[in-house]
Amino acid sequence: MKFSDLILQTAAKVLVFIIMTFSIYILFAGHHNPGGGFIGGLITASALMLLYVAFDVETIQEIIPVDFKVIGAIGVLMALLTGIGAIVADVPFLTQVYRYVDLPLLGKTGLGSALVFDLGVYLAVIGTTMTIIRSISEDM
Amino acid sequence: MSLLHFAVLLPFLYTVFVPLFFKKLPRVHTGWFVLIVPLLLFVYFAAQFPLRSGSAPLFQSLSWIPSLGIRFDLHLDGLSMLFALIITGIGFLVIVYSIYYMSKEREALHNFYIYLLVFMGAMLGIVLSDNLMVLYVFWEATSVSSFLLIAYWFQRKRSRYGAQKAMLITVTGGFAMLLGFLMLGSAAGTFSIREIVAMKEVIVNDSLFIPAMLLVLLGAFTKSAQFPFHIWLPDAMEAPTPISAYLHSATMVKAGVYLVARMTPVFGGHMSWFWIITIIGIVTLFWGAFMAIRQFDLKALLAYSTISQLGLIMSLLGIGSLALHTNYEAQAMLFSGAILAAVFHLFNHSIFKGSLFMVVGILDHETGTRDIRKLGGLLSLMPVSFSLTIIGGLSMAGLPPFSGFLSKEMFFTGVLTAYQHIDQWVVLLPIVAWLASVFTFVYCLVFVFKTFTGTYRPERLDKKPHEAPAGMLVSPIVLATLVLVIFFFPNLISYTLLEPAMRSVLPSLLQPGEVFEVDIKPWHGFNTELFMTVGIVVMGSLLYKTYKKWSDIYYNLPRKFDFNHMYDKGLTGAERLSARVTNFYMNGFLHSYLSYIFTFVIIVVGGSFLLQRAFAIDPSTNAVIEWHEYLLAVSIAVSSGFVLFVNSRLTSIIGVGAVGYLVSLLFVIFRAPDLALTQLVVETITTALFLLCFYFLPKLKTEVVRIRVKVSNLLISIGVGTVFTLIGISAQSTNPFKPISHFFLNSYELSGARNMVNSILVDFRAFDTMLESVVLFTAGIGVYTLINLRKSRREKR
Amino acid sequence: METLMTITAGVLFTVGTYLILSKTLLRIIMGMSLFTHGVHIMLMAINGLKRGAAPLLGEEAESYTDPVPQALILTSIVISFSLTAFSLVLAYRTYKEHGTDDVEQLRGQEND
Repeated sequence: MKFSDLILQTAAKVLVFIIMTFSIYILFAGHHNPGGGFIGGLITASALMLLYVAFDVETIQEIIPVDFKVIGAIGVLMALLTGIGAIVADVPFLTQVYRYVDLPLLGKTGLGSALVFDLGVYLAVIGTTMTIIRSISEDM
Repeated sequence: MSLLHFAVLLPFLYTVFVPLFFKKLPRVHTGWFVLIVPLLLFVYFAAQFPLRSGSAPLFQSLSWIPSLGIRFDLHLDGLSMLFALIITGIGFLVIVYSIYYMSKEREALHNFYIYLLVFMGAMLGIVLSDNLMVLYVFWEATSVSSFLLIAYWFQRKRSRYGAQKAMLITVTGGFAMLLGFLMLGSAAGTFSIREIVAMKEVIVNDSLFIPAMLLVLLGAFTKSAQFPFHIWLPDAMEAPTPISAYLHSATMVKAGVYLVARMTPVFGGHMSWFWIITIIGIVTLFWGAFMAIRQFDLKALLAYSTISQLGLIMSLLGIGSLALHTNYEAQAMLFSGAILAAVFHLFNHSIFKGSLFMVVGILDHETGTRDIRKLGGLLSLMPVSFSLTIIGGLSMAGLPPFSGFLSKEMFFTGVLTAYQHIDQWVVLLPIVAWLASVFTFVYCLVFVFKTFTGTYRPERLDKKPHEAPAGMLVSPIVLATLVLVIFFFPNLISYTLLEPAMRSVLPSLLQPGEVFEVDIKPWHGFNTELFMTVGIVVMGSLLYKTYKKWSDIYYNLPRKFDFNHMYDKGLTGAERLSARVTNFYMNGFLHSYLSYIFTFVIIVVGGSFLLQRAFAIDPSTNAVIEWHEYLLAVSIAVSSGFVLFVNSRLTSIIGVGAVGYLVSLLFVIFRAPDLALTQLVVETITTALFLLCFYFLPKLKTEVVRIRVKVSNLLISIGVGTVFTLIGISAQSTNPFKPISHFFLNSYELSGARNMVNSILVDFRAFDTMLESVVLFTAGIGVYTLINLRKSRREKR
Repeated sequence: METLMTITAGVLFTVGTYLILSKTLLRIIMGMSLFTHGVHIMLMAINGLKRGAAPLLGEEAESYTDPVPQALILTSIVISFSLTAFSLVLAYRTYKEHGTDDVEQLRGQEND
């Protein structure tokens, strides 16, 4: 599919940045407010989808030369590894730990393995959704 | 996790590396890398020897499924020790042998050694586990690995047939055994064998005692190829010869014997235990020996011989179990001799039969055939193989100076003891045993002389025979040497191996600290047993000489007694029946299947709902409905109904999308911000996908459906809707269980998260989420494959 | 409200089942999608609606809505998303391969 709509393309360039920022906010907000890995991943995927609609597959492939299958696999692997990390520490599979740390700018922040896990989910969702969309649109 | 556990799991873990060796180092035979496993294990078990003499058995515990009382407990006592040494020792020799037998250029060695290692681990698991359920798991694992190994050359029809037969028979028996174990477990309240043995008094009086015994025996008899389940073993000879030597003579088929020995402290002393095992054993001994004579294939001959020898061991275990019977307390020590004979013969059989199988493999390898009608006169060409055959064969026939003679004599003592102390008509026992031994002698002569003497006919052979390479001869030579050494110095193993094994079969016979007296002598003076042996030699030679005159009886055997025939008939019958049943309702229409499922749901769920009078409605706790909520509900109903009636793809997709967005609005009202957000985005992406695909799907047609089908569809869907609505309303109105939600109020303290839903997802129930992302990823890969598979095929065209 | 929502879910079940029983692949997939929505609404309704604030401790409310069904549904949404995506592509490819999306015509015959 090939569209060339100048307005859409210009708008998309701006929008994608906003949506991406929002999705990352959602990912990290998930711990205390609505959000999390799934929803963050889905929003990122929809931002990328917007790019595909505004431009065409080949162009985007040049700009973002990543294999989304690999991204998905890395995500699943990350989620799995946090679980295995728990086993190594001799606690039941997928036991999460967290610490409060004082970070510059952000202040007191809770950091935990749950965040790594959520990040894994986030990547898995992006990878999968984009794999599906890319496969279909390339085939058309 | 103890070293003992590691020993059992090592072969399984090692399988991971085997394909690497095979693929990355194709120059070196994979067998060399595998060899280290049995070697390490053998050394490990042998190092446990000092523990054996009189001290407590090694016991290691590991929790597995504690809620079901299943513990991965391992227990190394005398009996397990004997088996573990046989499994690892012969395993080592077999792998050495296989390195020369299996060509590294032509065979899929990685499969071969993986199956072999799985078998080795599983077999160790059987003989070491203390828990019946764990034992069962390993038991079936040996059946599976045996299946894979028999079907190793799966291109051959006979291999597949033999593998299937072995699988069906042993797994059926295994399943019966599982039922027996469950009965034992419910009678004793535990699955631990040690605890069951300790609770013998309770179990004997349980109503499940006899059924459990019969079922456990069924498992043992099928595994150990006892009459009439023996038919799978000759067909299992389609496996490569190292496998026949290892699984189908030395180890796996002895699992049944092991089980009977292991269960003797529980069931032994009961008359039916004695009768069933002894009679089945003797019949198997006779039938196997009788049928072995007519075989032309050397491996089939050995298979029947194995069946027969297993019967011998079984019957000894049967007789020996009387040592635990209250009526025979005075003769307990006499009967215990039969157990000694059983473990001794088990050991002997493993070594001489192992070496014989290896020799057959050598013959097959060097001449290209195992058919005794083609072989003959190989004596001068293959002198080493001939000597090995003489040693193995005559040991099997029970002649001095070979170890088989010792256990054979002890076997005669056993049957004579039974005859002297039970009843007059039990004289049949020694008679049948003697007859069977005559036949045994005859087939041993057939094996030795038809192969190596007579006229040499090279024109019938595919290859020019010569002596095997040294590497192939090493293993049988080691085993044959053992046969000789054991004859001259039987007491080398009497207190180290045999007595501890005997002690674990008959633990209650001894006071703590006592040991059985085990003194094996080749010479007992001129007693009945010796005369029986002399009789065997005379009668056997006579029958061998006159074989042509009486061989006709084999061809006049009624077909009814052919169990193979019955098995084949049964199998085709079962296949035809199931095909008929399946074709009756599997008509290939998705619509019919879904209708079955939905109708079944309505009848079962709705029916039990009605019968239980479970309907309840209690609107008092309901939340108040605002006018916009009515509007939402109506809009959802309308837009979903809309999808039913429109025929345009685009419109119906919009309808479905509308329902999705409305549902996400509902989530807002339900105070579920996470859900609302997720639903919103998912709906957007799903609609986009629908639109992408719809572009390429054909236009929706008005479906031409017969009115009858339409009505039935309508009834089914209204039924499903009604049943679920009623259940939903009733579930909402009754609260039989307390909600667990208050737990998650602690999410901040427990997981540092203020969002409870998110803390459930990433922490409390993170396992669900992990698998969920696996599902998602799998779906993605599935989509990718579906599309790219098609593309690549299109490109090929 | 709960009863009303359960009945709404019931309507979705009925329509979903009817669509699943039809012949066109696209309709079957849409039926599954509607059925899932019904299940989600019902899960929420059974648990009781509007019983407190959103399950965010930041709200510092007296009582919160039960988070358990929400977590269940969140999982379910993602699973049904993967299912829908996969079935859509399956339908699409089936059509490309066989030239029809009518399951009656797609009936598998013996030995082919």
